[in-house]
Amino acid sequence: MVYLLLILFLGGGLAWLSERWHPQAPRWVALGAVSFALLYLAVAVMRLPAEHFSLLPAATQPDTWLAHTRLEWIPRFGIRFELALDGLSLTLVALTLLLGLIALSSSWSEIDQHSGFFQANLLWSLTGVVGVFMALDLFLFFVFYEVMLVPMYLLIAIWGHEGRAYASMKFFIFTQASGLLMLVSIVVLAYQHAQVSGSYSFSYFDLLGSPLDSSLGFWVMLGFFLAFTVKLPGFPFHTWLPDAHTQAPTAGSVLLAGILLKTGAYGLLRFTIPLFPEASLEFAPIAMALGAAGIIYGAVLAFAQSDFKRLVAYSSVSHMGFVLLGLYAWNSIAVQGAIVQMVAHGLSTAALFMVAGSLQQRMHTRDMSRMGGLWLNAPRMGACALFFTMASLGLPGLGNFVAEFLVLLGLFQVAPRVAVVAALGLVTGAIYSLIMLQRSFQGPGDPERAVPDYGGREMATMLLMIALLIWLGVYPQALLDLTQPTVDSLLSEAGS
Amino acid sequence: MDGLQVPMEHVLGLASLLFAMGLTGLMVRRNILFVLMSLEVMLNAGALAFVSAGAHWGQPDGQVVFMLILTVAAAEVSVGLGLVLQVQRRFQTLDVDNATRLRG
Amino acid sequence: MKDLLWLIPALPLASATLLILGGRLMSPRIVAALGVGSVGAAAICVLLTVLQWQGAPLESQLWTWMQVGELSAGVSFYVDGLTLVMLSVITGVGFLIHLYSAEFMAGDESYARYFAYLNLFVTAMLTLVMADNLLLLFFGWEGVGACSYLLIGFWHFDAANGAAARKAFIVTRAGDAAMALGLFLLFAEFGTLDIQAMSAAAGERWEVGNPTAVLATALLLGGAVGKSAQLPLHTWLPDAMAGPTPVSALIHAATMVTAGVYLVARTHELFLLAPPTLLAVAIIGLLTLLLAAFAALCQHDIKRILAWSTISQIGYMFLGLGVGAWGASVFHLMTHAFFKALLFLAAGAIIHCLHHEHDIRNMGGLRTRLPLVFISFLIGAAALSALPLTSGFYSKDLIVLAAFEAPVAGPWLWAGAVLGAFLTALYSFRLVFVVFFGRTNTLPDRQPGPGMATPLAVLCAFALVGGWLGVPVSNVFPEAETGHAALWVEVISIGVPLLGLGLAWLLFLGRGLDAGDLVASPPGQALYGFWHAGWRVDGLYDWLWVKPYMGLAALLRSEPVDRLYGAVVGLCRLLHRALSNSQTGRLRQYGTVMVVGVIVLLNIVWRAAG
Repeated sequence: MVYLLLILFLGGGLAWLSERWHPQAPRWVALGAVSFALLYLAVAVMRLPAEHFSLLPAATQPDTWLAHTRLEWIPRFGIRFELALDGLSLTLVALTLLLGLIALSSSWSEIDQHSGFFQANLLWSLTGVVGVFMALDLFLFFVFYEVMLVPMYLLIAIWGHEGRAYASMKFFIFTQASGLLMLVSIVVLAYQHAQVSGSYSFSYFDLLGSPLDSSLGFWVMLGFFLAFTVKLPGFPFHTWLPDAHTQAPTAGSVLLAGILLKTGAYGLLRFTIPLFPEASLEFAPIAMALGAAGIIYGAVLAFAQSDFKRLVAYSSVSHMGFVLLGLYAWNSIAVQGAIVQMVAHGLSTAALFMVAGSLQQRMHTRDMSRMGGLWLNAPRMGACALFFTMASLGLPGLGNFVAEFLVLLGLFQVAPRVAVVAALGLVTGAIYSLIMLQRSFQGPGDPERAVPDYGGREMATMLLMIALLIWLGVYPQALLDLTQPTVDSLLSEAGS
Repeated sequence: MDGLQVPMEHVLGLASLLFAMGLTGLMVRRNILFVLMSLEVMLNAGALAFVSAGAHWGQPDGQVVFMLILTVAAAEVSVGLGLVLQVQRRFQTLDVDNATRLRG
Repeated sequence: MKDLLWLIPALPLASATLLILGGRLMSPRIVAALGVGSVGAAAICVLLTVLQWQGAPLESQLWTWMQVGELSAGVSFYVDGLTLVMLSVITGVGFLIHLYSAEFMAGDESYARYFAYLNLFVTAMLTLVMADNLLLLFFGWEGVGACSYLLIGFWHFDAANGAAARKAFIVTRAGDAAMALGLFLLFAEFGTLDIQAMSAAAGERWEVGNPTAVLATALLLGGAVGKSAQLPLHTWLPDAMAGPTPVSALIHAATMVTAGVYLVARTHELFLLAPPTLLAVAIIGLLTLLLAAFAALCQHDIKRILAWSTISQIGYMFLGLGVGAWGASVFHLMTHAFFKALLFLAAGAIIHCLHHEHDIRNMGGLRTRLPLVFISFLIGAAALSALPLTSGFYSKDLIVLAAFEAPVAGPWLWAGAVLGAFLTALYSFRLVFVVFFGRTNTLPDRQPGPGMATPLAVLCAFALVGGWLGVPVSNVFPEAETGHAALWVEVISIGVPLLGLGLAWLLFLGRGLDAGDLVASPPGQALYGFWHAGWRVDGLYDWLWVKPYMGLAALLRSEPVDRLYGAVVGLCRLLHRALSNSQTGRLRQYGTVMVVGVIVLLNIVWRAAG
C-alpha cells in the first residue's frame, strides 16, 4: 500500500520534471503512473485469498482486514504510519484511480500551459485521496486530508476559468477552516485517550473504544461532523462547491465531484459515527434534516441555474444529501445505499462534468442560453449527455437508482417522515435534469455551428463509464458483497 | 567605595528625566534628525541606569550592557542617518509627517 | 418454455443495444428488420409459452439484483394468466405497431434511434409485467416512463415537443414517488417485496380495513394514477400526443398507460384488504371517465380526441377494478388495446396521407378517398362505443353491470358509467362523421402502403372479434359474484351507445340539429372552451405548482445561504477597514501610541502584581 502511494507521488514529481524533456511527456508519464497504480492494486487484490473478502474487518484484529501496514512515525506521541484496506477502502481507492484515469483523459488536450505541473498536482491530489481512504491513524489521516487539498487549490487557482481566484480561495478557506476543527477534535480525542490509558495514540483501533464524557463527546463529534459535512458538502455548508466546480478545469471538476466529495462521506462513515456512536445517535435527526434539506435545496437551485457546470454542481449537493441521509439512517440497507451512491455519483457526475468541459472547450461558454439543439451537431455527445442525465435522475437499471432506492428504503424504516421529504427529490431531480438536457442538447439548433463531435478517446472514456454505471445498476451485488463485511463490522462497532 | 558618592536614586532620577525628555522629543519633534537625537538620548538614559545599577551592586554586568548599548546606538545611528539621507533625497524635507507612504 | 422466459424481454433489448451502438451504420432496411423482427420473435416466444401453458404460474429466476439486510430482490419472472394477457398484448399489438412504424417513419433522419427507443420500451414494459417483485416492477415502471419521455420528445428540435415530454415524465414521476413510498411502507411491514409472498403475508397480518393497508394501497394507487393518466395526474397524456403516432398507439393507448391497471390488478390482494382505497379507485375511475369524455367531445386535434378517449377508457378499467370486477377490467384492457391501437394507427394513416394534418375541421369526405382507413376507423369507433357484438361491447358491458352491483353506491356508479358510454358514442361518431363524411377539405396525396395496411387489417379483425377471446385470469383473481342484473339495467346499458350514435348523427351530419349553433350560443361557447382546455386543470396546476416552484427557484437563485458567509466576509472587511484607518504612517503617532500602550500595560501588570 505504501508503494501505491509512492507510485502516485513519485509519478507526479516525474511528470513535472519530464516537461523539460518534451511538452507532451507529462501526460504520458501521468497516464503511466495511474495505470501502473491501478494494475498494482489489481494484482495485489487478485493475490488475496477469496475467503478473505468475507471476513469482518474487526477493529482489534488487523489481520482480518484485506491489507494492513504499520510503521512507527512519531513514537513520542504514538503517531504511526498506519494504513489498512477493507472492502470499503478498496472500492473507493479503485474508484479514485479509475477517475484519475478519466480525469487524465478529460484534460488530455485541454491543458497547454505548465502541463507538467498540472499533471503533478493531479497525481499529488490523487495521492492524498488514496491516502485518506487507507489511513487508519487519525493524525496520518489528517495529513493526507490536507495533502489532497493544496494541489486541488492550485489546480483551480492556476488552470481555472475566469473567476478562479475567488473560487479557489473560497474552496481553500472552507475546507481548511473545517479541517482545523477536525484537527482540534483529533487532538482532544487523543488527549482524552491518553488521560485514560496513560499513553498517546492516534490509532483508529485504539481510539474506537475509548470512553468519552458525553457532553465533550458531542463537541468533538461536531468537529468531525463539520469537517466532513463541509467536504461532502451538506446543506448549509455547500456554497464553496458551485464556485469551485464551475471554475475548476475539467479534470479538477471530475476529481472534486468524483472523489474529493467522497472523502467527506467516507470520513463520516469510518470515523464520525463509529467513534461517537451515542453523540451521533443524538445528532442523527439534525443530520438527516440537513440531508433532506440539501436534497430539495440543491435540486431547486440546480433548476435555477443557467450555467451548465453550476447546474451539475448543485445536483451534486442534492445527491450528496442522499449520502448524508443514508449514513445517519445507520442500518445496513441505507449505509450500503450511501456507499453505492458514492460510487455511482462519482461516475455519473464526473461524466456530466466532462460533457460540460468538452462543451466549454468547443463553444467557449457554459451558458445554456447560448446552447440548444446541440444534438444536431454532436449526436454522440448528446447521447452520452442523455445517458448520464438519466443516470443522475435515478433511472432504474443504472447505479444511482440502486443507491437512492436503498437509501430511501433503509431510511423509511428509521424516519418515515424524512423519507417522504427526500422522495420529493425524485421529482425535483427529474425537473432540473430534463431542463438541462433540453436547454443544451435539445430544441431548435443550428446545423452550421461548428461543434465537433466526440472522437475515439472521448467515446472510449464515456463508454467505460456507461458500462460501469449499467453494471452497477443491474448487478450491484458485486459491490454490495465487497462492502458488506465492512458495513456489518461498523454497524456492530457502533451499535445500531 | 571611595570617591564621589552620589545616591543611586539621583542617578536613576537623572536617567528617568533624560528618558522622558527623549520620549517627549520623539513624540513632538517633526524633524527626523531631532527624532533620531531623541532616540539617542533615550538609549543613553537606559545606559546610564545600567551603569549606576552596576556600580551600586558592584557587578561588571552594568558596564557590559553599557558597551552593548553603545554598539547598538552606533549601529542605529549609522542606519538612521542613512535613512535620513534617503528621506531628504526623496521628499526634499526632513519632516517625518510627510513620510506617510506606509498608511494603510 | 419456462427456461426461455428470459428470451422474451432479452430479444428486444438485444436489438435496442445493437441499434444504439451501430444504428447509424446500418441501412434503414436492416434497422427495420432488427426492430420489427426482434419484437416479432418475442411475440412468437409468447405464443409458444401460451400454447404450452398448463395453467400453473411459471417462475424463472435469473440473478440476484440486490441483497442487503432483509432486502432480497432478484431479476426473476413470474408468469401467470394475467401476465400472459399482458405479454400477448404487448408483443402482439407491439409487433403490429412496429411493422406499421417501419413504413410510417420511413425517411426520418433518426430511423435507428426511433426503433432503438421503441424496442427499449418493449423491453421495459415486458419486464414490468413479468416481474415477480415490486422492485423489478418499479424498474420496468420507470423504464417505460423514460422511454415514453424519449419518444414523446422524439422530434425534440421543436421545443414544444420537449416540453410535452418533460411534462409527461415529471407528472408521472410525482406518482412514481408516491409509489416508491408505498414500496418502502410495504417493505417495512413485510420485509419483502416479492409480490406473491407479500400478498400471502398481508392476508395473514392485516384484517380488512387496516389503516396501514389503506395507506400502502393509496400510495401504490398514486403511482397507478400517474402512469395511467387518471385524475388528478392525467394532464400529461393529451400533450403526450406530440410524439409520432405509432408511439401514441403503442405507449399512450395500448400498453404503458394500462400499467396502472396492471399494478392494481397484480396487487389486488392488498387492495381487497383496503375497501376505502378500492372505493377511491372506483370514484377516480368514474370521475376520470366522465371528465375525459366531455373533454374529448370538444377537441379539434384528431390525436387529442383519441388521447382523451384513452383517459376515459382507462377510467372504465379503474372503475372495474374499484368494484371488484378484476377480470372484466383486464378484459377491457385487452380489447381497448386492440381497438385503440387500431384507431390511433388509422388516425396516423390519415395524418400520413394528409401532409401531417391534425385538425379534423380541415378533414372531411375521406370515406371514398381512403376506404381502408374508413373501414378501420369505423370498426374502431364502433368497438370504442361498445356497439353490440364488437369487442368493446363485451368488456365494457361487464364493467358497467359490475358497477351496478357494487356494494357501495352501485347505482350511482352505474349511472355515471352509462352516461360515459353515451358520451363515448357521441364523440366517437362525431369523429367518424366529421372526418369521413361531408365536404372534402383536403385531398390525400397517397394511400397507406402494405406495411401500414396489414396491421390495420389485423387489428380490425381483433377489434371485431376480440370479445370472443377469453382472458385466462380465473386462477388469478377471486371468483366474482355473478348476480343477474334486472332486465332494464341490461337494456339501458346496451341501448345507450346507440342513443349516442343517433345524437351524433343528428348533430354532425346536419340531420335536424346543428352542432355549430349549439357551440355558438354563449353558454355553449363557454362550456366548449372550458372542456376544450380539459376543464382548465392545466391552468390550475400551473398556478398551483409550476408558478410557485419557478418563484421559489427565482427567489433562491441568488443563493441566500451564501449571503450568510458573505456576511462573515463583510464583517472581516469592516474590521479590516477600521484597523487600517489607524495605520496612518505617521511615525510620531506610532510612537505616542506605543508609549501610551506601554504605560497602560505596565499599569495592568503593576496592579496584577500588587
